[in-house]
Amino acid sequence: MSVRVESITKRFGADAGRVTGVSGVSFEAPSHAITSLVGPSGSGKSTLLRLVAGLEQPDQGRVLVEGEDLTRVPVQARRLGFVFQNYALFRHMSVFDNIAFGLSVRGASRKEQAARVSELLELVQLADYAKRLPDQLSGGQRQRVALARALAPRPRVLLLDEPFGALDTQVRVELREWLHRLHEQTQVTTLLVTHDQEEALELSQHVVLLREGQVEQAGTPTELYESPRSAFVASFLGGAQILKGQVSEGQLQLPGQELSADVDHADGAVEAFVRPHDVRLVRADEPGGAPARVERLIRVGGFVKLTVRLDSGEVLQVQMSRTAQLDLGVEAGDPVRVDLGGIRVIARRGYSI
Amino acid sequence: MRPALPGFRLTLGIVLLYTSLIVLLPLAALGARAGELGLSGIWAVVSDERALRAYGLSFGAALVAALINAVLGLMLAWVLVRYRFPGRRLIDGLVDLPFALPTAVAGIALTAIYSPKGMLGGPLAELGLQVAFTRVGITVALVFIGIPFVVRTVQPVLEGLDPSLSEAAQVLGASRLQTFFRVILPALLPATLTGFALALARGVGEYGSVVFISGNMPYRTEVASLLIITKLEQYDYEGATALAAVMLLVSFAILLGVNLLQRRLSRGLT
Amino acid sequence: MSHAQAPKGALAKLLIGASLAFVALFLVLPLALVFVSAFAEGAGAYFEALADEETWSAVKLTLLTAAISVPLNVVFGVCAAWLLSKYDFWGKSALLTVIDLPFSVSPVIAGLVFVLLFGSGGWFYSALSAADVKIIFAVPGVIIATTFVTFPMVAREVLGVMEAQGSDEEEAALTLGASGWQLFTRVTLPKIRWGVAYGVILSNARAMGEFGAVSVVSGHIRGETNTMPLHIEILYGEYNFVGAFAVASLLTLLAVVTLVLKQWVEWRTARAARGFEGAPAEDSLEGQRALLGGAP
Repeated sequence: MSVRVESITKRFGADAGRVTGVSGVSFEAPSHAITSLVGPSGSGKSTLLRLVAGLEQPDQGRVLVEGEDLTRVPVQARRLGFVFQNYALFRHMSVFDNIAFGLSVRGASRKEQAARVSELLELVQLADYAKRLPDQLSGGQRQRVALARALAPRPRVLLLDEPFGALDTQVRVELREWLHRLHEQTQVTTLLVTHDQEEALELSQHVVLLREGQVEQAGTPTELYESPRSAFVASFLGGAQILKGQVSEGQLQLPGQELSADVDHADGAVEAFVRPHDVRLVRADEPGGAPARVERLIRVGGFVKLTVRLDSGEVLQVQMSRTAQLDLGVEAGDPVRVDLGGIRVIARRGYSI
Repeated sequence: MRPALPGFRLTLGIVLLYTSLIVLLPLAALGARAGELGLSGIWAVVSDERALRAYGLSFGAALVAALINAVLGLMLAWVLVRYRFPGRRLIDGLVDLPFALPTAVAGIALTAIYSPKGMLGGPLAELGLQVAFTRVGITVALVFIGIPFVVRTVQPVLEGLDPSLSEAAQVLGASRLQTFFRVILPALLPATLTGFALALARGVGEYGSVVFISGNMPYRTEVASLLIITKLEQYDYEGATALAAVMLLVSFAILLGVNLLQRRLSRGLT
Repeated sequence: MSHAQAPKGALAKLLIGASLAFVALFLVLPLALVFVSAFAEGAGAYFEALADEETWSAVKLTLLTAAISVPLNVVFGVCAAWLLSKYDFWGKSALLTVIDLPFSVSPVIAGLVFVLLFGSGGWFYSALSAADVKIIFAVPGVIIATTFVTFPMVAREVLGVMEAQGSDEEEAALTLGASGWQLFTRVTLPKIRWGVAYGVILSNARAMGEFGAVSVVSGHIRGETNTMPLHIEILYGEYNFVGAFAVASLLTLLAVVTLVLKQWVEWRTARAARGFEGAPAEDSLEGQRALLGGAP
């Protein structure tokens, strides 16, 4: 069940507050895959999900599921499952009744309801909790009930709005792993809204990166990570640092320093990016790289984060394992040389990669 | 904006129809009848000495009572939120009594208490203060009617006030009184003003609790709402309409003014 | 509430003392006085006063008035709350102002406007008298005026509840395929029932106790258009103090019951709101591990 969104536009009044509009957004979410809609807050990702669900009406554009135009179909008839950010469980109904709701409003018999609900309770591992009220569950359990409720009427597409947003870090990491397995089992086409780039990269087969109501770049996680088409994409995914440079005859040169790297790019002014863990440091007395000094060194468990100032004045963030730092033998204040072999040029939109 | 939820047209239709029939049409009738009288017709009625005295009494007593209520209400809200003492919950519940008790009942009870032969009226009369059948009595009745407005608007704000606010002031060296007057009171002022305005608006038009205790002497203890009824009983509908229209306009003007003032006050806070 | 404290210091004691004195003198004393005066001539006189036929007819009219105006305002109030909390539309704040209008209109004017509509010389007077329908100085006028006075009360209460609860559960029900009616009866109504109950309790008290507006339209016809508050006025005017306070004691009982019910509903609502906080804080890590291990 693929989802296609065609040049959709939705504007809100100036007083609409926290909701942001989207303009001219198109993307396709492939069948049976998890597609992430990712972006900073205010990028319009939740609005986009609500438009797909039919909770908002677009000003322009279309929403298609498996080729069927749903733009004018009311929410109730779309048969999509939606998991809300704060779960939106019916507080006065038991877990069982919550999950059965979508079946009962469609007139399913009690027997059918009971069978499907117990199947789902098994799936989300809450078989012993059927009689509880939502208020008697923990955050993670509520999350799983919300998921089971959305899945119960066998939706064509599952829509998840920041499903782990309200949970502790530890719980979110584990639920993420669980959701991955659940998806492998159910194979339901899923759209996932998240502001967490790690969540998007880890869970999804397809990523749509949004910025200020428009698609910045869409593709597989690897494509976006390896070949970002803008400085924004590069820094949003994996925290890349942006350096301005010049390409001539396949060599990237950064101003005011002897750094250069082989790149496959046409000549001219470019932006290049390098992620903290792609910067290699070598000892000051070894050849290669540009001269620099370690300004600051912070240990974070098994990692160290270094702030390095090149003699040309540029400041770079570098990350390496504690072991590598001990092998290298540098501390704060020490001179080092910086090897930017991992630097890549940002292929601008419109350029071919 | 949640356009996806059903029922917009249905509820809009019901609400507009019902509101028009019960509220708009009757008030429009008042406006139209006042319009037929014209400015000069209205002026002839309201510039009458007796009418002016009645207005003065209604607005004056309501203003004094609302000011008393602002102070007493603030105190009650403070005591109910900040202190724990036996009987607190009972008092909290009793504050709503003037909302729940029919005004006529309040009227005859207050009159009995404050009449020269009453439980409190007797001793007060010996001290030279006659309460019932004077303006003081009218004000007492309006304090009774208005007290819940201030308490119930201030109380939730005080409960929601971040305790770290006054803690921060004290850490910065403010004394308890300074903390109250410079940190807490300004935060409570918009709500107090709302309660004051509600009590004032209620007091200006109050009838049931006042009519028994006031004695209803023309020129002296006759309130505007009573004068309207007097005109109606004489089938002087024009006079009643003119008096009502002016009273309504002045009340709305006061509410609007307080609203604007309150907006200005709360802008600095949020 | 965490910053509440046991009273310490002279100022705290002074404030509490002043508050207690105010409540005792201004609120408790009138309450007590009603019953003391009603029983001033003994229980026999009290029940005799209540057994009066005109008193009973006033009680019946008061109950009838509340039984019609309160349900009308409940239907309207729920519709208005739904409309104002779920949608944005042009003129919304103006509509809200109009709905609040009866709060700031003197009861006497509330009665007057209906006299101007339906009374002699009113807009609908000739049409009504042609059809031989009497509204002013008759029971319908009493009911209509009461409806005006209590008009915003349920709407205001339910609107507050709906705004606080948001529309998430309703949207969830929509995505699960619920129709408008299913959504309202199975999701919204259970959520707002205490808000409705609260509005009903308050507007019922006002409806039964309304004096000014009803006084203007009723015509004070004994045994026909007299409600309980109007009957109190008549008895009081005839210096029948035991009778007046006996009827007043019934309305005072109603007020006390109203206050108790109100406190009870507030307590229920507060308990429901505390539900989330009382839930287990977070999954134990063991639980999560078992979950991961168990997934096939």
